[in-house]
Amino acid sequence: MSEIDDLLPCREPVRFLSPDGTEAEPTQEMTDRGYAIPPVEDLVRVWRAMVVGRRFDAQATALTKQGRLAVYPSSRGQDACQVAPVLALQEDDWFFPTYRDSMALVTRGIDPVEVLTLLRGDWHCGYDPKATRTAPQCTPLATQAVHAAGAADGLRRRESDAVALCFIGDGATSEGDFHEGLNFAGVFNAPVVYLVQNNKYAISVPLSKQTKAPALAYKGIGYGVRAEQVDGNDPAAVLAVTRKAYEHARSGKGPFLVEAHTYRMEAHTNADDATRYRTPDEVDEWTGQDPLVRLQAYLVAQGAIDDARVEEVRQEAEEFAAALRDRMNADPQVDPADLFAHVYARPTPQLREQAEMVAAEREASRPETEEVAR
Amino acid sequence: MSRPTTYAQALNTALRDALTEDENVLVLGEDVGQLGGVFRITDGLTRDFGEDRCIDTPLAEAGIAGFAVGLAMQGFRPVIEMQFDAFGYPAFEQVVSHIAKMRNRTRGRLTMPIVIRVPYAGGIGGVEHHCDSSEGYYVHTPGLHVVTPSTPADAYSLLRESIASDDPVVFMEPKSLYWSKAEVELPTTTEPVGRAAVRREGSDVTVVTYGPQVPNALRAAEVAAAEEDWDLEVVDLRSLVPFDDETVMTSVRKTGRAVVLAEAQASPAWAPRSPPASRSAASTPSPRRCCGSAASTSPTRRRSSSTRTCPASTASSTPSRGCSGTTSRT
Ligand SMILES: Cc1ncc(C[n+]2csc(CCOP(=O)(O)OP(=O)(O)O)c2C)c(N)n1
Ligand SMILES: [Mg+2]
Repeated sequence: MSEIDDLLPCREPVRFLSPDGTEAEPTQEMTDRGYAIPPVEDLVRVWRAMVVGRRFDAQATALTKQGRLAVYPSSRGQDACQVAPVLALQEDDWFFPTYRDSMALVTRGIDPVEVLTLLRGDWHCGYDPKATRTAPQCTPLATQAVHAAGAADGLRRRESDAVALCFIGDGATSEGDFHEGLNFAGVFNAPVVYLVQNNKYAISVPLSKQTKAPALAYKGIGYGVRAEQVDGNDPAAVLAVTRKAYEHARSGKGPFLVEAHTYRMEAHTNADDATRYRTPDEVDEWTGQDPLVRLQAYLVAQGAIDDARVEEVRQEAEEFAAALRDRMNADPQVDPADLFAHVYARPTPQLREQAEMVAAEREASRPETEEVAR
Repeated sequence: MSRPTTYAQALNTALRDALTEDENVLVLGEDVGQLGGVFRITDGLTRDFGEDRCIDTPLAEAGIAGFAVGLAMQGFRPVIEMQFDAFGYPAFEQVVSHIAKMRNRTRGRLTMPIVIRVPYAGGIGGVEHHCDSSEGYYVHTPGLHVVTPSTPADAYSLLRESIASDDPVVFMEPKSLYWSKAEVELPTTTEPVGRAAVRREGSDVTVVTYGPQVPNALRAAEVAAAEEDWDLEVVDLRSLVPFDDETVMTSVRKTGRAVVLAEAQASPAWAPRSPPASRSAASTPSPRRCCGSAASTSPTRRRSSSTRTCPASTASSTPSRGCSGTTSRT
């Protein structure tokens, strides 16, 4: 393969499993590039995390209805993308998620209540980014693409073999920061893997209005960045491709762009009405491509899991959701003084003055507050 | 031993000393490497510290700022250069939405010790986009410190302090002062960020100013003393955030009059809304006035001070002799 061919993605998205869970015929290109279906025990781990992740996602949506979350962007349907790339990370790798990626954060092992802090609206990031090596969920679209390039360059400078994984949506690839992120990553040969979850929509706007490119994976070559496209609803393929991407980045070959073709089954968020811009037929068609159904069917056929195991993991997911629900039902304890505490390492006199003013007002109104609380 | 040092040399030495003392310090920007920056502030740094420490980046300001965010997450202290004031705007989203907010967002767990160097303001014969007074955009963003030295000694000391700070600093360098000189011995430590300096003591009027207009205010004070027998006190803010209310108010209480002198467009800018303008009105019975540029013109002329206006629309309704006397004769 020439150097240029090497940068280009396969013409067909990499896929191992058909929607019904049977093994798909690998293409010649897949074979040439050495893609192979991952070991079954790895896929069992992915399946287990997907069952828990999907239950978490449903619980979070339910919490919006109970007024316990301000908003929730569901990733149902994108479960393979949420879970497999994160499970394949090493502990010291860094992860750069977006608002859509709560399931991925839970998969990373972050406390689900801390994950939902942003969407609950009581603080902007509930977890410790350093301890979890996970950046805050990023809302200004694509801005995280440059952070990930910089962090990956920083890891390289520290002579660590860790990599950065950056999630980004299909719509966000139109933003300048996506371009700048890929370009910086390329120029600095930063060990970063970009995973575009092409879920076909940016709120209401379909991909056809974002780009004329034949696929988003073709955006890599313009930056000299190796790229691949994958069936994002095939957990086995997503795992295989992201592992290959990490290996590439970790071995000093620079950044890697993965486009995962998937579908956002729910509306943009609980506050959106998707019937205004897409047909039920389209949604039905994707229901038939469900990544969890697909993987479970494959693992059952392989004899890797049986009904008892399925029931056991279902039970585990229920317990996870119940514990989350209970904890989210408790009102968070907030301290108004926190509003001033973290703005600066060295607060300005004006900020200190404001903090003192609020403290004094609270002190003065304390008896009343207690009465209201009673 | 003290010797004549330009403002630009002081900045260069500060960067050099910071790079030497802390291996986490990195300098990034457009043309900052081989060329030494278009104003030569990074002259020789790549030669002496290597292109891994003083880094020519791709030409993309949002990229530079965002890349610095990622580096800061890994414990580095990036000093990034925006080539000119108006070319810092592509980075605005990264500066306002991430650099300024990351610390608060994460309850202090992720700090952003980033210095954003911005050559700003006019007076050097620059064309459009090369002479913006962009400080107003930054001072309104909580989470940022905005520092603007007016002397070589401050240029050195405040830059060192800014690089060592765990808060992000927008470090605004008046282009017109790059070649100004003073007798300084480097390294030097001046008053810390957040303290204003009384550059000239006087008893009649307080002139509150900063950055490029400090030398003008001092010259104006001499003219006012010689020709009109006004004794002006000149306060150099040194940092717009934090704002040294105490020094300013002490001076204004003493003189009973305040003039805010800024190069920025007067109507939407820092100056008219700055605490001294509003506070002095409340706390003193005497006249106050704000002097700035007319909102529609950019100060492109080299002798920018001669084009300064004191537009009636932006001044307070209280008449003041001090203002027109001060600005028209500098
Ligand atoms: C810079 C910026 N512009 C607009 C928005 C508002 N917004 C939030 S999500 C979204 C759609 C993003 O679509 P995509 O990148 O495909 O990600 P998805 O939501 O599908 O995961 C928009 C327009 C934003 N968050 N940031
Ligand atoms: Mg999308």
